[in-house]
Amino acid sequence: MSVVTDAVSWLTDGANWSGDRGIPNRVVEHLGYTSLTIAVAAAVAVPLGLYIGHTGRLRSLAIGVTGALRALPTLGVLTLITLVVGIGLTAPTIALVVLAVPPLLAGVYSAIESVDEGTVDAARAQGMTEWQVLTRVELPLGLPLVVGGFRAATLQVVATATVAAYVSLGGLGRYIFDGQAVRDYPQMVGGSVVVVVLALLLDGLFALAQGAATRNARPARTSGGAASEDASADTQTSVPAEASASTTP
Amino acid sequence: MSKTTFGIGAALAAAALALTACGGDPTEAGASDSDTIVVGSADFTEAEIVAEIYAQALEAKDVKVEKKLRIGAREAYVPALEDGEIDLIPEYTGNLLLYFDKNATATESGAVEDALEGALPDKLEVLEPAPAEDKDSYNVTKELSDSEGITSIGDLAKLDPVKVGANPEFETRPYGVPGLKKVYGVKNVEFTAISDAGGPATIKALKDGDVDVANIYSTTPSIAANDLVTLEDPENLIAAQNLIPLINEDKASDTVTDTLDAVSEQLTTEDLIELNGRVDGDEKASAATVAKEWLQDKGLI
Repeated sequence: MSVVTDAVSWLTDGANWSGDRGIPNRVVEHLGYTSLTIAVAAAVAVPLGLYIGHTGRLRSLAIGVTGALRALPTLGVLTLITLVVGIGLTAPTIALVVLAVPPLLAGVYSAIESVDEGTVDAARAQGMTEWQVLTRVELPLGLPLVVGGFRAATLQVVATATVAAYVSLGGLGRYIFDGQAVRDYPQMVGGSVVVVVLALLLDGLFALAQGAATRNARPARTSGGAASEDASADTQTSVPAEASASTTP
Repeated sequence: MSKTTFGIGAALAAAALALTACGGDPTEAGASDSDTIVVGSADFTEAEIVAEIYAQALEAKDVKVEKKLRIGAREAYVPALEDGEIDLIPEYTGNLLLYFDKNATATESGAVEDALEGALPDKLEVLEPAPAEDKDSYNVTKELSDSEGITSIGDLAKLDPVKVGANPEFETRPYGVPGLKKVYGVKNVEFTAISDAGGPATIKALKDGDVDVANIYSTTPSIAANDLVTLEDPENLIAAQNLIPLINEDKASDTVTDTLDAVSEQLTTEDLIELNGRVDGDEKASAATVAKEWLQDKGLI
């Protein structure tokens, strides 16, 4: 189809790679919205997830609420919030945070829960305080799942941050909305390809980080006890289950 | 992938379905019976209402009518009209002209109609246009209009910069930012893209002062509801968009022509605003109902 070859020419046209409207600047804007969203979402979800994972309290409430949040269509939420706060950065950020919180929260609390109870009891038996159990035992051992939560959330946000262009902002969504407005399909396809590539790159980086966290959570051979080995094995097997469960918006 | 592209894909698929659903076998030319008029419409409220008005007016004159409404965009239904899958559809003069002649420059009502006659393919013709128009319009809040004395598009030059809010295409279309600069000499324009076609987010931005002026279709009830001032366009920057029946030449019998001319004669912009408001507003009336009541009010059925 000619739209594909046209999209390739759009992507390789030097004019689309410079200036405020060029791909590099749009990528920077896009990553800006994504990082802001993840930062805000993390400020909400990480402490809450640690609390739920460590104490086991509020667990069913959190599952219910985040499940409901996932069902919200981002564009609808964006429009609704825009009508309240007006155009600008606030509305898309809130809409994307709503999208990012469920996978982050699930990642964090399931990370803490996944740590072997025997290990946690052993830590308590050694006289660790609850805070020490959380920060020195549960968090390091659960870290691969925490990173998995960030990975799932980032992937969703980077793919959906295109909606920021719906209400006046920039980012890669600009190509999609502007292209649609004037039926410039090569521009839409080209912009979408850039989003896909960016998402894949970020996902690759997170995969590396997750691998590093997993190696880190596995104790050194000399001091490793059976319980800890079990814990890290648990962690690894639960990663796909927990992280990929959050791909539904 | 993002929901945006998915939505567009779905819309395209839906449009394709709607189009193929029209004729059954799309290769079968002239699908409709010789004495039945198939009335189509574009995929939005106003088009559906006007198509209902056409259809019910014709039925009242014992013309056999079949309806295939909400087909899609012009790119979908004009070919269907040329193939004979549909015979009649409400159109807008300016945009229809641009569809057949991309380089058309006429903007004033009469000039657009004249150019349109020449631009149409042989098989199609247009009947008498209605005074009713639905076109892009520049709108400001009453407060801004009063405090800065802005009543015409040219008055926007009093603001420096002028913050314009509209759909993304407004930045490049001749009637948008380029025309604002070239025709009205407004130099310092800051453009904000809001992709809801003059919907609630645009109105909110206007009322918050995030933008000074916004492009809203002239038959949108929210213009009056929010006490907005539509700026005058003395230079005819925005092309006329009168409602006009576009019809397959073979189906334009005297009865059909007379009936539709009588409808067009009475259809005003204010009528469209009211009918759109009844369908899209709280009343949620059906297009068929408001069309019937309009025809009864005007004594046409």
